[in-house]
Amino acid sequence: MPDSGLVIAVVVATVQAGTPLAMAALGELIVERSGVLNLGVEGMMLMGAVTGFIITVVTHNALLGILAAMGAGMAMAAVFAVLTQVLIANQVATGLALTIFGGGLSAFVGLHYTGISLPELAALPIPWLSALPGVGPALFSFDGLVYVSWALPVLVYWFLYRSRAGLVLRAVGESPDVAHSLGYPVIGIRCLAVLFGGALAGLGGAYLSLAYTPLWQQGMTAGRGWIALALVVFATWRPGLVMVGAYLFGFVTVAQYQGQGMGLNVPTDWLAMLPYLATIVALVLISADRTRVRLNAPASLGRAFHAAT
Amino acid sequence: MRLSLEPRVQNSRVMRVVSPLIAAVLTVAFSVVLFTLLGRDPWVALYTYFVGPLDSLYGVGEWLLKAAPLLLIAMGLAVGFRANVWNIGAEGQLTLGAICGGGVALAFYGHGGWWLLPLMVVAAAIGGAAWAAIPAFLKTRLNTNEILTSLMLVYVASHLLQYLVHGPWRNPQGFNFPQTKAFTAWAALPVVVPGTEINIATVATILVVPLGWLLLNRMFLGFQIKVSGLSAGAADYAGFSRSRLVWSTLLLSGALSGLAGLFQVAGPIGMLQPQISPGYGFTAIIVAFLGQLEPVGILLASLLVALLYVGGDQVQIALHLPSAVAGLFQGLLLFLVLGTDVLIRYRVRLRRAPAGEAVDA
Repeated sequence: MPDSGLVIAVVVATVQAGTPLAMAALGELIVERSGVLNLGVEGMMLMGAVTGFIITVVTHNALLGILAAMGAGMAMAAVFAVLTQVLIANQVATGLALTIFGGGLSAFVGLHYTGISLPELAALPIPWLSALPGVGPALFSFDGLVYVSWALPVLVYWFLYRSRAGLVLRAVGESPDVAHSLGYPVIGIRCLAVLFGGALAGLGGAYLSLAYTPLWQQGMTAGRGWIALALVVFATWRPGLVMVGAYLFGFVTVAQYQGQGMGLNVPTDWLAMLPYLATIVALVLISADRTRVRLNAPASLGRAFHAAT
Repeated sequence: MRLSLEPRVQNSRVMRVVSPLIAAVLTVAFSVVLFTLLGRDPWVALYTYFVGPLDSLYGVGEWLLKAAPLLLIAMGLAVGFRANVWNIGAEGQLTLGAICGGGVALAFYGHGGWWLLPLMVVAAAIGGAAWAAIPAFLKTRLNTNEILTSLMLVYVASHLLQYLVHGPWRNPQGFNFPQTKAFTAWAALPVVVPGTEINIATVATILVVPLGWLLLNRMFLGFQIKVSGLSAGAADYAGFSRSRLVWSTLLLSGALSGLAGLFQVAGPIGMLQPQISPGYGFTAIIVAFLGQLEPVGILLASLLVALLYVGGDQVQIALHLPSAVAGLFQGLLLFLVLGTDVLIRYRVRLRRAPAGEAVDA
């Protein structure tokens, strides 16, 4: 029986590791539900991370930094939207370009900010719950962004399944031609979805550089944007399952460090492969059921739409 | 009056050539703006970037040395992209090629012979192809997206290399540096142009251009690739096996990426070390699209993008700008290529709004 202190530490670390994945994946979920596949999550997260970090260092105001990070993610997403929606460029190629561009631009912008570290985001204890004896102080006093990540899936769920706008968004993703003939602006709706995805990817990046490891390092997302993309498939495009998946992957990341800490006699590089191998295994388990994927994937995912006038 | 896009019945042949040129010119224009904003004389910067690297024989050698792996990898990727098979894990396949080929060199350390290099080449091709076989298997048998699996395997391959050079394969006399022993002369690619590092593999790489052309234009597999890229339905109707296409394009691009990895470690590097490629596997994606997925186009594109790498180093030294500028230009170039691509498939029309309809632009 492991001691409760360790269990609490693992749970806290799992939530922290899962939070940036959940944010980016929930954004991408909305994008893909509108029928657009944006593979540039990694690039948008990096730009969010570097922008959030710089603005926070300069202004000493983390809230401004977070907002700026979301803005940077949206700016990147806007480039993607113009290219794929207005100029009808290939979505796969443009997404890859966004990731390559984001990697280069963030390294360039953040050059003079490597090696600086920030204080961690202040914890905001939840009244009552954080006073629970034993587990309270550890489990219910996260920083504000974690609570945001708990509210997000609820909001996304409500939007998709309980609001009219969400119904229109899903219609656009399933059948853009029908949505167009009903008079809905397919391109406009898809652009808004892409911008929302950019804002959340930027937010996830900001969580990395402001809360998770409060510093900036070139390429610090280390594939998390891609894992977020895999999470959307893993969750079969449903917001609740995104959270489950995010914490599952968070746990794998934490288990890797715990394994090292507990003196497990396995080389660190083998442990470091775990999150990536886990992603592959999870994708295989979900995708092998072809009917399930086909039933849940937005029917027009990744296909360009050009209205014949 | 408003601008509108009309689909062309056939892709424009003129625009296929002109649109990458427009993209290149726009990239230069953007870079003039960027350098000016950074407070550098844009013309000096452009000269340093694009002409400076080529003013010596050694510089030309460095340029070709970087163009060769891009050409090799991009050709394999382009064949897959044509068939809508998205292998974006070439960087991982490159790493496995380097590990397998380099492993052979280390296994026969001190037992050289003319047969060693060919053996390394075979091992590298098999290593790269085997790494690409994983996404191929998962795609064809288990319906798993090859974009995500091939990309995840890049990180796995990188950690595998880290493990080897930090652990079992580390040179015991290497002062604890994470490096293997330097390859012996039998395991090193011979330099063919004195005064440069251009080796036999750099020169041989040019062969993929005619071979790629033959595959795409004169072979049945190439025909199947083209048809399935243009219309998946038509390919199904013709009875072309989708899974055979996925396998053949992934194995081909994996093998070529593996070779590119070997040519790095058996060429300019001369050993295995943690860093063996400045992201050639990812940059090759840009090269493939810039070259319009055509063999000759890819040759020209690899030369241009290699110049961005070499120029990036020069700019770093001469103008004290970070070499990350190269990544910036590569991304920008790819955006512009993808954006101007619209001219190939669509006609831009300036239309007068018909009477009675509100003018909304």
